[in-house]
Amino acid sequence: MGDIEVEALRGINVSIRGGEFVAVMGASGSGKSTFMNIIGCLDRPTEGAYFLEAEDVSRLTSDEWAHIRNRKIGFVFQGFNLLSRTSAVENVELPMMYNGTPAKDRHARAREVLKLVGLAERLDHMPNQLSGGQQQRVAIARSLVNRPALILADEPTGNLDSKTSAEIMELFQNLNDQEGITIVLVTHEPDIAAYAKRQILFKDGLIISDHVKES
Amino acid sequence: MLFMAFRIALRALGRNKLRSFLTMLGIIIGVGAVIAMVAIGEGAKALVKQQIASLGTNLLIILPGTVTVGGARTGLGGRQSLTDTDAKAIMSQIPIVTGASPVLRQVQQVIGGEQNWSTPVQGVAPEFQQIREWKMADGRFISQADIDSTAKVALIGQTVAYNLFGDENPIGSVIRIKKIPFQIVGVLDIKGQSSSGTDQDDTVMVPYTTMMKRVMGVTYIQQITVAAASADLTEQAKNQITLLLRERHRIRPGMDDDFMIRNLSDIAEAASNSATVMAILLGSIASVSLLVGGIGIMNIMLVSVTERTREIGIRMAVGARSRDILLQFIVEALVMAAIGGALGIGIGIASSDVIHRLMEWPVIVRPDVVLIAILVSGGVGIFFGFYPAKKAAHLDPIDALRYE
Repeated sequence: MGDIEVEALRGINVSIRGGEFVAVMGASGSGKSTFMNIIGCLDRPTEGAYFLEAEDVSRLTSDEWAHIRNRKIGFVFQGFNLLSRTSAVENVELPMMYNGTPAKDRHARAREVLKLVGLAERLDHMPNQLSGGQQQRVAIARSLVNRPALILADEPTGNLDSKTSAEIMELFQNLNDQEGITIVLVTHEPDIAAYAKRQILFKDGLIISDHVKES
Repeated sequence: MLFMAFRIALRALGRNKLRSFLTMLGIIIGVGAVIAMVAIGEGAKALVKQQIASLGTNLLIILPGTVTVGGARTGLGGRQSLTDTDAKAIMSQIPIVTGASPVLRQVQQVIGGEQNWSTPVQGVAPEFQQIREWKMADGRFISQADIDSTAKVALIGQTVAYNLFGDENPIGSVIRIKKIPFQIVGVLDIKGQSSSGTDQDDTVMVPYTTMMKRVMGVTYIQQITVAAASADLTEQAKNQITLLLRERHRIRPGMDDDFMIRNLSDIAEAASNSATVMAILLGSIASVSLLVGGIGIMNIMLVSVTERTREIGIRMAVGARSRDILLQFIVEALVMAAIGGALGIGIGIASSDVIHRLMEWPVIVRPDVVLIAILVSGGVGIFFGFYPAKKAAHLDPIDALRYE
């Protein structure tokens, strides 16, 4: 009651293929956060549909969404969002705790992805014993651990200095090039967006440019 | 899944040890208080029962029935239907009867020393000592040999001893009842007044056979005093005695009894009821503290949910369903209540023991109360953990992730 319906997205149509590296850009209020929440299965579109791997997931129950977030989507946040006082390895294991992976497989897989992001030496460190860049690497490892179809990175470099930002963006590039992982990156910094192969620009709930970088 | 929830819960509680302990303290005190209070209440009940038993609540008194003589009904005991063989039969055939003594009573002028004194003279059997819990101040009680030989021996109560002999030792002296000389073989210990105000020490006891044959010249007895094994068994003993005496007296079905059995169990019931009320009162006061402990858990769980909103958001983002979050927080509350409950049981038992030692008050820790305490503290955890857990489970992941 008393809620005013704000149209955050106004009839947009976007298709992202497997293996793409997309940067979603736009000022605050442009609708990019809503877009992000919808493709992250965190928010429901009032109208329209969202197909993830050919399945309309926009009308599923919240438990089914939890399952999809667990299996098909990996989140990387601006503030890292690691569990405090919980070691790097256990943070990375967290998504596997919710799909019944046996403990032994969890440990092995967590080590494997931590190695992939270059943190093989920091397995048992707590988040407060790690630098910002290292914490973000743990978060990236966590997003990779269930082999998702899509990684959603929401301002992943927002809390990092430019040198570390570059390292993290290179890590994303490597994961995209070498592992073929699909990445959707939300940022408002053009130089960060430049690491992606495709840039989508939002303004007032509309896509005003969709540009694929020639390589 | 459940195992994992327990691990997460233990870890979460371990992160805030002091706070977890303070929260548990409510349950510890609550459970401890319930156990200690109920133990004290039960102890009081046992104490009251024991004291009531000393009044003789396990006693049954069998009197002959009434008889109508020329249209006038005599009071109870008017018939001459009871014999000492009835007493022997009751004693030997009913296992829950621990003693049965024939009793004859007549007020007589007793002459002894240089004095005389009017007092009730009672003819009793050796069992009477145990039935009425008479202690000896000096000498011995009436023996079976005295009964068999209709011996002229007597026991005197303290009041009689004082009035006839003053400060002299009466043992071995002779008293005369209806001109028959009796040798005093024992002095009864002080018993004081009965519940109806009669001086129980103002009495002389002689073997019932001597009383029947030499003093009163009768072949029947006036009453049989019976002790059941416990106060609870008096009703059962009463029924069995009724059957036995009806059979012995050849009373056909449908005919009235020619005897009457009375007991004191009403008094016992009233007293034990009041002790039960006290136990319930103590238990319910203690239960209030358990309730307060539960509210403490709810309070801290609510704080914890708010503090950990971001953690909940992270867990939801990586795939935790509402029910996973619900379970996690309920288990956390349950673990807290269970640990608190376990410590509370220990403290309750220990403090019961301390009270027992310091105040010399009997305490009875009942295993069923301990079991109930375990279940209740678990229940308190789940009940008071449910609302905060539900709150956590229904958080919107988008808001939770954004929560600062």
